[in-house]
Amino acid sequence: MAMHESIFDYSRYRYLWVSMVLSLGSIVAYLWHDPIGEPNGGSWLGYTLGTIGALLILWLLWFGIRKRSYKSRVGTMRGWLSAHVYLGTSLILIAFLHSGFQVGWNIHTLALVLMLVVIFSGFFGVYTYVRYPAIMTRNRDSATRQSLLDEIAELDAQALQLADTVDPKVHAAVLRSIERTEIGGSFITLLRPGDETDNALDQVKTFMEQRDKPAAGAPKKDMSTMFAMVDFLSAGSADAKSDALRKLLDTLARKRSLTDRITRDLQVQALMEIWLYIHVPLSMALLAALTAHVFSVFFYW
Amino acid sequence: MAERFQIAIVGSGPGGLSAAAHAAELGISHVLLEAEPHLSNTIYRYQKGKHVMDEPGILPLRSPLEFKAGTREAILGAWNDGVARLSVNVKHGHEVSKITAQPGGGFLVECANKAQMIADRVVLGIGLQGNIRKLGVPGEDLPIVQYTLDDPGAFSGETIVVVGAGDAAIENALALAKQNTVIVINRRDEFARAKEGNLRGILKAIEEGTIQCYYNTGPEKVEALNVGRKKGRLVLQTPQGRAQILIDRIIARLGASAPRGFVEGCGVKFPSKDPSAVPAISPQYESNVPGLYIVGALAGYPLIKQAMNQGYEVVEYILGRKVEPADEPLLRDRLKNVPNFRSVDAFIGDIQRNVPLLAQITPLQLREFLLDSEIHAPKPGATVFAKNDYTNTFFSIVEGEVEVVVDAAQNRRIKLKRGEFFGEMGLISGRRRAATVLAGPGAILIETPRRSMNRLIQSVEAVKREIDKVFIARALQSRFTPESPIERLNEVVESARIVQFKAGDIVFNEGDPGDCVHLIRRGSLTISRQIGGKDVVLSYVAAGNYVGEMALLGDSRRSATVRAAIASETIRVEGEAFKRLIQRDPILRARLQAEYSARTASNLAMQQMPAGGDIISFLIAQGAGEATDILLIDEALCVRCDNCEKACAETHGGTSRLDREAGPTFANVHVPTSCRHCEHPHCMKDCPPDAIHRAPNGEVYIADNCIGCGNCERNCPYGVIHLAAKPPKKPGLLSWLMFGAGPGPGEAPYDPKAGKSSEKKAVKCDMCKDLKGGPACVRACPTGAAIRIGPEEFRAYARNRS
Repeated sequence: MAMHESIFDYSRYRYLWVSMVLSLGSIVAYLWHDPIGEPNGGSWLGYTLGTIGALLILWLLWFGIRKRSYKSRVGTMRGWLSAHVYLGTSLILIAFLHSGFQVGWNIHTLALVLMLVVIFSGFFGVYTYVRYPAIMTRNRDSATRQSLLDEIAELDAQALQLADTVDPKVHAAVLRSIERTEIGGSFITLLRPGDETDNALDQVKTFMEQRDKPAAGAPKKDMSTMFAMVDFLSAGSADAKSDALRKLLDTLARKRSLTDRITRDLQVQALMEIWLYIHVPLSMALLAALTAHVFSVFFYW
Repeated sequence: MAERFQIAIVGSGPGGLSAAAHAAELGISHVLLEAEPHLSNTIYRYQKGKHVMDEPGILPLRSPLEFKAGTREAILGAWNDGVARLSVNVKHGHEVSKITAQPGGGFLVECANKAQMIADRVVLGIGLQGNIRKLGVPGEDLPIVQYTLDDPGAFSGETIVVVGAGDAAIENALALAKQNTVIVINRRDEFARAKEGNLRGILKAIEEGTIQCYYNTGPEKVEALNVGRKKGRLVLQTPQGRAQILIDRIIARLGASAPRGFVEGCGVKFPSKDPSAVPAISPQYESNVPGLYIVGALAGYPLIKQAMNQGYEVVEYILGRKVEPADEPLLRDRLKNVPNFRSVDAFIGDIQRNVPLLAQITPLQLREFLLDSEIHAPKPGATVFAKNDYTNTFFSIVEGEVEVVVDAAQNRRIKLKRGEFFGEMGLISGRRRAATVLAGPGAILIETPRRSMNRLIQSVEAVKREIDKVFIARALQSRFTPESPIERLNEVVESARIVQFKAGDIVFNEGDPGDCVHLIRRGSLTISRQIGGKDVVLSYVAAGNYVGEMALLGDSRRSATVRAAIASETIRVEGEAFKRLIQRDPILRARLQAEYSARTASNLAMQQMPAGGDIISFLIAQGAGEATDILLIDEALCVRCDNCEKACAETHGGTSRLDREAGPTFANVHVPTSCRHCEHPHCMKDCPPDAIHRAPNGEVYIADNCIGCGNCERNCPYGVIHLAAKPPKKPGLLSWLMFGAGPGPGEAPYDPKAGKSSEKKAVKCDMCKDLKGGPACVRACPTGAAIRIGPEEFRAYARNRS
């Protein structure tokens, strides 16, 4: 029956077995092989492993095309990804055995380095795929991103309404915070988000403190420019105003927690995607370096 | 003295309009009575620019008025021109309130505006929409009072009073409140009729002060003002006394009065209380009241072209002429493969003689029935349908016989002969076919689609009774004693009756005395026990299975509580009769005991992991109880790449039919907004061209003859159907990759508007029935998060995840 199967245990670890057989076979052949001189890419085993490695790279690159062939009936995406991960991992071994562990400052090693960067960025991708989905689910708590944004917009409206009943300065502070609230943006802002709501919260809190102890000395200098003291002493309006202030604080705090959640959501999604910006372009570079490597080997040999 | 006409036509919809036009064309004295100031109110109220289709395409049009697929404006324009050209005698603002047969023949037609007239014959073409209820106070017809709202965005900065407390009123009020001052007038003290979401919305708006609401308040009068800034004044009666509001506009959404009461008031009889029942009419469209004719949707013909043809024909019939019905050539064509075919009428005669079930219905209904149906004359031995197919058509045997393969392993077969029917199990339970049926010698079969059959069952009580009787006997036999003859079951069948449950109703409680067995015939049930004060769901039982046998076999009291997961029907068999059957039948006893111990073991296993029960409860709460195949996403695996949506869009003309993100999640099980292919699909309920079908593998899909009316979109409780236009074609993979031509695979079209035409059709998941290898969403999921499962797998699924 149909069950959720991850890319690791797909089809009872089929591709883990395939890649283990491939790796072990390569190791055994490498140990058994007795080349003339140092083990290198020029021996018959070197050529064989090189061919296998190059074909593997081409096949791994084909994943990008298969992913976009939505009507393709060649396996499922899950099978392809499972194979992509396991066989891609075994490529590290095959490449080193192919070269006989020789490195240098040349085009051949450039191809190797690019390949390793691509593979290790893939490892990071696998790590994010394992780690972040559950975190994202918990953080979302069944809400959609749109519903979170809608709620924030609603809280903003409420906050403005409340601030309006309190004081023009508070209103201005809340408005500025709303105008400056930015959700999302570049990867860098996503990974190190700031929160404008904090400023508004701080200011409203300070304002409250100022209000609560008007007799306790003169207001701080910067605050006195921020909030001119208004007449809160007429009892009725003061009560209504403190009520509104409390509500305003609740609203801002709630908004703060929502923006936190949504920022976290975007951050996690960014982490699950960011590695692709290394993985995919460098794989294209790898293709170019690989072509140069193969060409130079045959041309200059 | 009231004016006298030969024909009075009530309602200017396609049927009435066509009848009036034909009468005018022939120069017969006639009158067309229309309540509204315009013609064809139902179509008039379509949104602007809506594309109206002309299904069924094969049916020729017979009417002096033009009709072909096009925009609402073009069609209404053509009709208005036609009515003017033929000088049809239309009387607008005449809402007919009463039609009485006169002793000397003819009818007295009375209108709400006190106008009266006498007509020899009356044609009712009032459709099913009903008349919009008006304010019922002076000024209700002023231009500032409107009863519909096409585009809330068209008004801004106005003071608008919305009268009404239903969903339409609330939706209008909320939409208008964005840029207007809105006041809601509610006659009662709460919004009792509103949907949950609307209720929350309006109460919140009232609390926040964006909408003002007067409860227990009714309008007294509306007046137009010539001076001042506001266009009018509304006087209200509030509990505190009289009040007045200066307003720009009143929008009254008070619903419509269903036409049935009025029609019954004219003496027309309906065959059953079911709201979908239509009055029985003769082949000449005459009702049980002589001289009173019914055409169009009210008579059960919801398509525009059908109604227009009937309007034409009814006038011909009234004049005593014989017209070959418009469907005659179609029927002839449909029947041409029948061996020894002579004429349509002769074949209809054969059916009425040979098939007792269909002898109950009128020849007109039978024609319609045949038009919807397929006639088969299969070779002996050919498969009519195979076991486990998901089809839900109904078969009647006109000639010859068929064989039902009861037990494929032992090749045991039952013969069904001329006049009998089969396929009722799939029709009623909405589940897979229970057995394979093979054609016998000389078989001529009528295969009727689900909708036509259901309409027949609802309209003709005798048909329903007969089918239920046979269903009970066959269902009990196939479930309990497939190896012995049906007569053995007589006592049990006698004691059995059909019981209906609403979702959440209790079938029986833990600890009740066990006095009966329930065989589920449609819907599904959950089995739960009280453990530590909490209701723990142990199991989920789908249609075709039984509950309650435990108490009859072992303990005498119920060991668990059984609830209906969705609206369900069971066959209730009396305990005593069932016990005697078990005693007589040792094979049955052994089998029941085996199933009993398997169930007890599985219940015990489930009891030990209550998390599994919670998952089942969660799935049931999401409506999975009526699903046949549901998309589930494991959110611990889902990397939110949306490849499922992209694959869906790419394989289905550019529009994704699933929304991955939306929908609830429990214990990392996410139920996205995606079709569940319900056992009894809500979308099929009211599809005028009958375009929604179920394929043999269970896929519910929309065929190309969709007219884009949006009924399915409204009827689907899961929001998985929407109307979409075909987007522009995308470039191939290589020309995108190499030359950057157009949007690439999985990307949204650059300019979605480029493909936007008014011709929108309903789209929904078809489980990729035309692609080999299964649904693209599941196949495209790179991490194995998305799967599709059927309800029979819920238990194993829940156990696996807990």
